Amino acid sequence: MPDLVHQTEGPGQTEALAAELTDRLRPGDVVLLFGEVGSGKTTFVRGACRALGIAGPVTSPTFTIGQRYDNASVSVSHLDLYRLGAGGEEDPSLLADYLTSDAIAFVEWPTAVGTQMELENVVMRLEFEHLGGDRRRITVL
Amino acid sequence: MILALETSCDDTCAAVVTDGGVIRSNVISSQGIHDRFGGVVPEIASRHHLELVNAVVDEALHKAEVTLDDVTLVAATQGPGLIGALLVGLVTAKSIASSRELPLAAVDHLHGHIAAVFLEPQPFEPPFVALIVSGGHTLLVDVTGPREFALLGQTLDDAGGEAFDKGARMLGLGYPGGAALERLAQDGDPNAFSFPTAKGVKGCDFSFAGVKTALLYAIRDLGEKEADRRRADLAASYQSAIVEALVQRAQRALDKTGRARLALGGGVAANGALRGRLEALAVDLGIPPRELCTDNAAMIASAARSVEPLAFPMYLDLDVYPTGAKGL
Repeated sequence: MPDLVHQTEGPGQTEALAAELTDRLRPGDVVLLFGEVGSGKTTFVRGACRALGIAGPVTSPTFTIGQRYDNASVSVSHLDLYRLGAGGEEDPSLLADYLTSDAIAFVEWPTAVGTQMELENVVMRLEFEHLGGDRRRITVL
Repeated sequence: MILALETSCDDTCAAVVTDGGVIRSNVISSQGIHDRFGGVVPEIASRHHLELVNAVVDEALHKAEVTLDDVTLVAATQGPGLIGALLVGLVTAKSIASSRELPLAAVDHLHGHIAAVFLEPQPFEPPFVALIVSGGHTLLVDVTGPREFALLGQTLDDAGGEAFDKGARMLGLGYPGGAALERLAQDGDPNAFSFPTAKGVKGCDFSFAGVKTALLYAIRDLGEKEADRRRADLAASYQSAIVEALVQRAQRALDKTGRARLALGGGVAANGALRGRLEALAVDLGIPPRELCTDNAAMIASAARSVEPLAFPMYLDLDVYPTGAKGL
C-alpha cells in the first residue's frame, strides 16, 4: 500500500509519483483530481500517461473539456470539468465518449458535476495542494 | 460553392464560401448563456449544438442567397474537439451531403485556423509562419502551401487563451475573461510584477503553467486587500508575460525558418497588446478580421478547398477525433 501523503519538489517528481500511484489502474477505472489552479493535476496526468506509453503532448483539457489518448496499449481519457460550473444541468452523455470501459479516465474539477452526473467506477481520489514554489502535497483521499 | 460546419467546442457555426475563397455567409451561434451564469458556461453539451445546427445551416444558406442546389461540396470539422459536439457537425454534414450525393471534406480544426488567412478579400499567401493562439490551442506552424505544414512548436501544458481566462478568474473577472483582463491591463503597469515567460523551454514550444501559478502566488503574497488594489498592475504584468512568451517564440520561429511573414489566428489574435508587439517585429503580418480568428465555419470551408474530398458514400463511416491534429 503506497503512502497516503506525498510531497514533491517539482513537476518531475510529480510525474514520477503519478507513474507509481497509477501503476495498477485498469481500463474503465476513474481517478478524481481535486485541487486549485496550478497545483499539479495536469502534470500528474502527464506522468501517468508517460508511464502508460503515451507519446506526444499531454496538455490541459480545460477548454476542450476532454482529451483522449488512444495511441498506446491502454487508452486514457483526461477530462476537466472546470468550465462546466456547478449548475448541474449538464447532459450526462457529454462525458460518455470519454468514460468508456476501454480507457482509464482522469477527471479534474469533478465537483463541477452536479448530482445528476454521479461518476461511476471511481477507484482513486487525489488532492493537490501548493506548498510554495514548485513544491506540492499530493494526498490519496 | 462550399457549405461548411464547425461544432468542435462551444459555438455552432455554418458558412457558405465560394471555391475562390469569397465568403458568402459566416454564421456563428454563440450559445449566449455566458452572461446569465456570470461567466461560467454550464452547458456545452452536444444537445445544444443539436438544437441549433439546422437553424444555423439554414441561416448560412439564406444569408448567402443560395440553396442546397448550389452547393457542390460539404465540409465539417473532424477534430480535435469535444467528441459529442464534433459529431453533431459531422453527422449533419454527412446527412446533407449524402441526401444529394455530394462529396464531403473532413477538415482539421487547426488547419482551419491557418486557412482563415487564405480567404478573400485579403488572402495572405504562403510561405509564412502561422501563430495560432486560442483557448484550446497554441502552436507555431511553418506554412509553405495551402496544405503544406511543418509544426514548429506547441504548448506543453496550457493554451495561451486559457492562461488569459484563468488569470482573469483569479483576478475576479469571471470566466472566460480574457477580454476583461485586457481591459483591466490598460490601466496597469506591465513592469510592476515580474512574471515568468518560460525562458527555460527551448525552441518554439510554449508553457503557460508557470505564469499561471506565479499569478496565484503573487495574489496570495499580496493578500486579498492589496491584490485587489493592485489588480490593474497584476493584469498588465500578467498579460505582458504571456504576450512576451508568444512573441519570443514567434521570433524564434521566424529566425529558424528565415521567413519574414507571420500570420496570426485563434481568439487571442484579438488582443491589442499582442498585435502591437507583433507589429513591432517589422515583418509582413497577416491577421484576419476578428470573426475569422475565433472559431468559425468559413475557415473550415477555406481549408476544405485543399482537402481531398471523399466521394459519396465513402464518408458515411467517418468518425471524429478528440485529440491531436491529423492535418498537421
